[in-house]
Amino acid sequence: MAAYDCGVTLGTGYPGTPSTEILETYAALGGRAQWSPNEKVALEVAIGVAFAGARALVTMKHVGLNVAADPLFTVATTRLDGALVVVSADDPGMASSQNEQDNRRYAPAAGVPMLEPSDSQEAYEFMVRAIEISERWQVPVLLRLTTRVCHSKTVVQRGTVTVPPPRPAHFEHDLPSRVMIPAYARPAHPRLRKKLAEMAAWNEDSGPNQLIPGSAKLGIITSGVSFHHVREVAPEASVLKLGMTYPLPAELMRSFAESVERCIIIEEGDPYLVEGARAACIAVEGKPESFRFGELNSARVRRILEGDSTPEPKRVPGKMPAFCPGCPHRSVYTALKNLDCIVPGDIGCYSLGALPPFETMDTMICMGASIGVGLGLRYTLPPEAAKRVVSVIGDSTFVHSGITGLIEMLYNPPDSGHVVVILDNGTTAMTGLQEHPGTGRTLTHTKTGKVVFEQLARTLGIQNVAVIDPTAEPVKFQKTIQDFLDKPELSVVISRHNCLLANRSIREYERNNDQPTD
Amino acid sequence: MISQPTNGANGKPTNVVIAGLGGQGVLKASDILADVAFSAGLDVKKSELHGMSQRGGSVSSDVRFGERVFSPMVPEGEADYLLVIAQDQVPVNTWVLAQGGVLIEPSQIDESALPNKRSINVALLGVLSCHLQFSVEAWIAALRGNLPEKLHEANLQAFSMGRAIEQMK
Repeated sequence: MAAYDCGVTLGTGYPGTPSTEILETYAALGGRAQWSPNEKVALEVAIGVAFAGARALVTMKHVGLNVAADPLFTVATTRLDGALVVVSADDPGMASSQNEQDNRRYAPAAGVPMLEPSDSQEAYEFMVRAIEISERWQVPVLLRLTTRVCHSKTVVQRGTVTVPPPRPAHFEHDLPSRVMIPAYARPAHPRLRKKLAEMAAWNEDSGPNQLIPGSAKLGIITSGVSFHHVREVAPEASVLKLGMTYPLPAELMRSFAESVERCIIIEEGDPYLVEGARAACIAVEGKPESFRFGELNSARVRRILEGDSTPEPKRVPGKMPAFCPGCPHRSVYTALKNLDCIVPGDIGCYSLGALPPFETMDTMICMGASIGVGLGLRYTLPPEAAKRVVSVIGDSTFVHSGITGLIEMLYNPPDSGHVVVILDNGTTAMTGLQEHPGTGRTLTHTKTGKVVFEQLARTLGIQNVAVIDPTAEPVKFQKTIQDFLDKPELSVVISRHNCLLANRSIREYERNNDQPTD
Repeated sequence: MISQPTNGANGKPTNVVIAGLGGQGVLKASDILADVAFSAGLDVKKSELHGMSQRGGSVSSDVRFGERVFSPMVPEGEADYLLVIAQDQVPVNTWVLAQGGVLIEPSQIDESALPNKRSINVALLGVLSCHLQFSVEAWIAALRGNLPEKLHEANLQAFSMGRAIEQMK
């Protein structure tokens, strides 16, 4: 909503819990938003927008920023003409992710300023502030969210903060600021450090930080959603809530810490603020290591404040997710289990193939890893085992990071050949049925260019390419995999059957897109 | 020095947890409740974990409302109301319920009497509505606002059924 109110020109991103809804909402409000094949491309497109003097928003989940890290680190040293806000939605507690990384580390690593909103209202206001900061210092800004900021709804008042409307798009040649050859990049780095020093000074006096006066006995420094847990558990404490957590306002933190008897930092995830404070020689107390894992909540904050180290109550585990009845992935895993395959897998609904009743997917690392890991296994295992390796990857994941793996397979083929199964269910199912370049429809479901996997594989020169509906023809599917496993050749099997959850909508989009527009 | 848990009294927020399985309308029910509380002029926060939820896994959503709400999460053992849409999810979620808190579960509703079985979430909201101080009109407005028109009739009936069952107790 803030992005819309600020006149953002384009929102780009790749879906991922808990970031997905941002672009969908922005598009529903009338903003121009599009899914990119992956986060790196999304950020590069947004950089172009910001070089054209306009305002850009890029959204991704925390691991997405790993993919986009390459452009992020270098664009930080360039001079933007518009605004560039990078939203990183972290998932402490891993409700729906493969790791628990704390992306606040990216801000100092890349040298980009970072804002951390604590609720929906601040998500609105900090988006506006991020645009302001980005335009003032001509740098990208990291807007770091967490699950409980993304997947929560709190009352929002619109228009509480505003920025002037964006300038019309234009392009100014400025090679030394934007062509990062070593000769131009060398002066660019100290230039960035100088900007960061200015931002640090600004953050001390005018940053979006909040001081809540209270008891002189207990002072708490906090940021993000932890602030609300703190206010609930310790309403009497003095609180310094940091809104801009890079560069840190060290002097503000120091004078606050010195003003109270006991100063403790309450933060979710890594001891990022604690390390920042201690590096500035500010005496603060941190949380015990066990609270580094999982989300914080008011009960856990209470334990930290009281120094309660008794074991935390264990929750009864809920029901694990499972494949929907009739899901096409079921037939695929049935076949792979029957054939006793070694299955490097990937990220999506089909990761559930690692759980009972199948327990057939053997590895999962990151988007696209199934193909590379599969090749590594093929190169290394003895022939009898090597010929049982099958890489399994979803359609959206294949577009995201699987194509380069396929090229690696072609370029460095294992002696035993290899088999890649692309699970094409016509949607990005796990994150909530988003479109991708393989569906041939845009974020708003209108018709556009389409990547056809079998054509791509054939064009690359993969020897065996088959397209099979595993639900309609499970026997043929298994037989085809068996045949390809027996050949020391390169094979791609496209398992094509629409996701049952998406099927109705897909048919409707197709009907709408086929209608004449006049 | 550190204050004790709040319990929904003395201007403290009211805590409601809605739980069930993916696809049952847990988030829809919590959206409706949040809208009702918001329309009554209260501060409202709700938060949930989802992502894997479309795959039939456990889902739960916390809704807190009152004059001022801080944390968006209901602290464990402090839910004033626990509304569970899937019977087998009751034991998984009772840890969140406060002593003396109210459990609302599907066994209270005769599912076969519902015009549409999928409206069980709304029928249970009908039960919950008897415990809260919001007007029936506000509930109906929130139901209409959150559901597509073709589902209005079935859900309004389900809501009335839930209310009737609770009022007869």
